[in-house]
Order: sequence, then structure tokens, then C-alpha cells
Amino acid sequence: MKRFIYALGLTIACLSSAQASIDTYEFSTQAERDRYRVLVEELRCPKCQNQNIADSDAPIAMDMRDEIFKKLEEGESNEQIVGYLVDRYGDFVRYKPPVNNRTLILWYGPAAFLAFGFLMVAVIVIRRRRSVRAELAEQQLSSEEKTRLSDILKQYK
Amino acid sequence: MSRARLIGVFGVLLGVALFAGMALFGINNDPSELPSALIGKPFPEFSSRSLDDPEVVITRADLLGRPALINVWATWCVSCKVEHPVLNDLAKQGVVIHGINYKDNNPDAQRWLRDFLNPYQLNISDPKGTLGFDLGVYGAPETFMIDKKGIIRHKFVGVVDKRVWREKLAPIYQELLDE
Repeated sequence: MKRFIYALGLTIACLSSAQASIDTYEFSTQAERDRYRVLVEELRCPKCQNQNIADSDAPIAMDMRDEIFKKLEEGESNEQIVGYLVDRYGDFVRYKPPVNNRTLILWYGPAAFLAFGFLMVAVIVIRRRRSVRAELAEQQLSSEEKTRLSDILKQYK
Repeated sequence: MSRARLIGVFGVLLGVALFAGMALFGINNDPSELPSALIGKPFPEFSSRSLDDPEVVITRADLLGRPALINVWATWCVSCKVEHPVLNDLAKQGVVIHGINYKDNNPDAQRWLRDFLNPYQLNISDPKGTLGFDLGVYGAPETFMIDKKGIIRHKFVGVVDKRVWREKLAPIYQELLDE
């Protein structure tokens, strides 16, 4: 029983410390807290690459959260804060990269591929339709043949 | 109809070539190695204490005048220990190396340099990692190369071993020396 109580106590201690590491920042306004949440979710951890800095436990993500908090308290805008981090860690830290020459294919590549696909489908459909029409035209009788046909039919009436 | 088939074959070949190209690019490209945002930019201004003597302050001006390697290291960094003998060798050959002791504590770092020798000409102490943050450091070891005007010209993330030095860094260093 004693052991169990110890274990329980330890578990609770661990839980509370884990809780504390998530949210230790005291924001002066709710608006700032909201902006903080948006920023830490939009920025990517350079060390553990498929996590944003809100989810990452890497020391560098911690440093980045600290900086964001500090800069929010100093009254900097979101653009200023993101710019500050991009200057140091590159566009890589943004989950929403800016549109520039290096990211053009990223932004417009999928749309271009889709357009190319539609174009291909259109070409195939038009071509097929044309060949069907040509075949139909071949099967139809010319006016000369039509008169001959009606003549033949008349004979057997 | 044969023209359509030709186009189809060409399309498939193009697809295969694209895929092969991407695969090759992927194999030769380590995704954990990020391009530095600081290449071509001046080394950031700083004012840090020396690891050897806390009374001495080191600034950006101390780095100027000759090309150098700037190695970010720490005693908690396991691969830094692998890298250290290589740096010692380079220092012996006359390569200028400065060290940034990143998020570490001074006594541990001083003992490390006593035990494993000191390849660094300047020993910059960065206990909170503020200079590291300005440099976009996301894990030690990282090695920057600056020219004599203090512009960052190259960054290497990971262990500088003999092969990395010979194939990647030495040519750049030579180029910086020749400028």
C-alpha cells in the first residue's frame, strides 16, 4: 500500500511538471496568447523536422518559443517575429512558405500538373470524337448512292 | 494512331526519367541538413566572454582579418567528441579554428579542452545559446566558414571528419585563403 501511494505521488508529480512545461508563459492579454498559439503552430522546428515548435521538445524549439514570447511582449507584429526567425533559420521554419522563385513550383506545381492532365484528357476526347465522326461519315451514303438505293427499292415494291 | 502511341511512349519515358531524377536527388540530399539562411551575410555582432578567461570579452571584430572555421560544440554533444581529434589535426596544420561553446557550463568545457587538447584560437562562451540562435544553430556540432571580412561563406552541419574536410571544406578554405 505504501508503495502504491509513493507511486501515485510520483505519477502526480510527473504529470504536474509535464503540464508546467507546456504553458509557463504569462501573457498580458488574451489576444497575445492567441497570437502565440497561431505562431507556434505555424512555425516548424528545424531539428525535428515534421513537427511544429508547439509540439516539439527539442531545445531549439524551446528557444524559439521563448523568443516568440519575448517578442510578443515587446509588442512586435507577427510578420516581424516570423521575419526574425526566418533571418536565422531560413524559409524552412515556415509551414507557409512565401511565394518566390524558389517556391514557385511548390505553390503552382500541383495546379500546373492538374491543368496539364485536363489538357491531355481534352485532347484525347476531342481526337476520339473526331475519328468517330469520320467513321460515321464513311458509313453514310453519298447522294448518288442514295438515289441508286431508292431506285433499287422501287424495283422490288 | 501510331503518332498517338509515340506520344504515349514518350510520356511514359518522361515520367520514368522524372522519377529517377527525383530519386537520385533524394538519395544525395540529406533532408536533416538545412541550407543556412546566413550564407553570404556578415557574421552576427556579438559580445561574449572567453571560455579561457571570463574577464576577456570577445566580439565580432576579433574574428576579422583572416578566413576561419567557427565550430559550435558542447560537452553534452556526443558527436563533438568524434570530431575533436580531427579539429586538433587541422589546428596543427595551421587551419584557423574558433570555438563556440554552446549551451554548456564553463568548468566542464575547460576540463574537456585540457583533457582532449584545444584546437581553438578563440574560445567563445555561449552558455545560453544566444549567439547560436543568431547563427541559426539547431544542434551541435555545426561548423561555419567565414572569410577575412567576416562574411559567412559556408556552413556544415554534423561531424567534420577527414573525408568531409578533404572533399568539402578544404577546397572552400583554400578558396577563402586565396581571395
